[in-house]
Amino acid sequence: MAVGAYGLSFGAAAVTAGLSTLQACVLSLLLFTGASQFALVGVVGAGGGALAAVAGALLLGTRNTLYAVRLSSLVPARGLRRPLAAQLTIDETTGMATAAPPGLATTAFWATGLSVYVLWNLATLLGAVGAARLGDPAALGLDAAVPAAFLALLAPQLRTRPLAAAALAGALVAALAVPFVPPGVPVLLAGLVVLPALVRR
Amino acid sequence: MLWLTVLAACAGCFLLKLAGWSVPRRWLDRPRLQRAAVLLPVPLLAALVVVQAFAGDRALVLDARAAGLAVGGALVLARAPFLLVVVAAAGTAAAVRALA
Repeated sequence: MAVGAYGLSFGAAAVTAGLSTLQACVLSLLLFTGASQFALVGVVGAGGGALAAVAGALLLGTRNTLYAVRLSSLVPARGLRRPLAAQLTIDETTGMATAAPPGLATTAFWATGLSVYVLWNLATLLGAVGAARLGDPAALGLDAAVPAAFLALLAPQLRTRPLAAAALAGALVAALAVPFVPPGVPVLLAGLVVLPALVRR
Repeated sequence: MLWLTVLAACAGCFLLKLAGWSVPRRWLDRPRLQRAAVLLPVPLLAALVVVQAFAGDRALVLDARAAGLAVGGALVLARAPFLLVVVAAAGTAAAVRALA
């Protein structure tokens, strides 16, 4: 249900940012990572460069690498199954597979992955086609839906004080950087606030 | 150019996923790396909120998007469903623009 709503907003946000319906659908089919997709269309919509847009999407995609490490010990995927399993490596499938009782992780992974994939792509198509028909996105306030969507994604992650501090620091860095660097770059700079976590033991 | 951006991001994000399935586990299974990877989306998402709501042409601006974000934020605090949050934010910004 949440996936459907999120996919609808992504499709609408992508078209609002200036992507075609086909480009929105290709992102959902091939990239298939909500936060990365939203980040990419956010940068494109703000007039940012291609490099900044791709870099933002990649930075938000790095956690999938770590999810894949965890999943690879739970879900056997060899040969042709491996690229398929890789494509379905996202928050939802990792959550379901790690929470599943022993022996059911594989079933939980594939069932969640395939259903989220189908729903996400249908919802993207609907959102994109809908937004393309609605007319002036600014008059409809669709540009204000995007930051609200990011806030709704962020809020459940603020469980601890260090996480809240990281959010605050990221917001501050981005706000300070906006006047001085091209669109898209403030978000990348905000990612630097995690560097202390890499250095500190 | 837009297609190039779309396809490069798709390829890169897929390779990031595939890498986790394919490289030896001990390369990536390090506590500090794990901690940074869990942390990373948080400042990025917070930055995206700020940029999408307040960034104008190389300046911070306060416009109808801020009003939409305020209403959306209040709904997030009230644990409203995702769709309600984004629709209310859009509706608020649209209303502010229609009245202005």
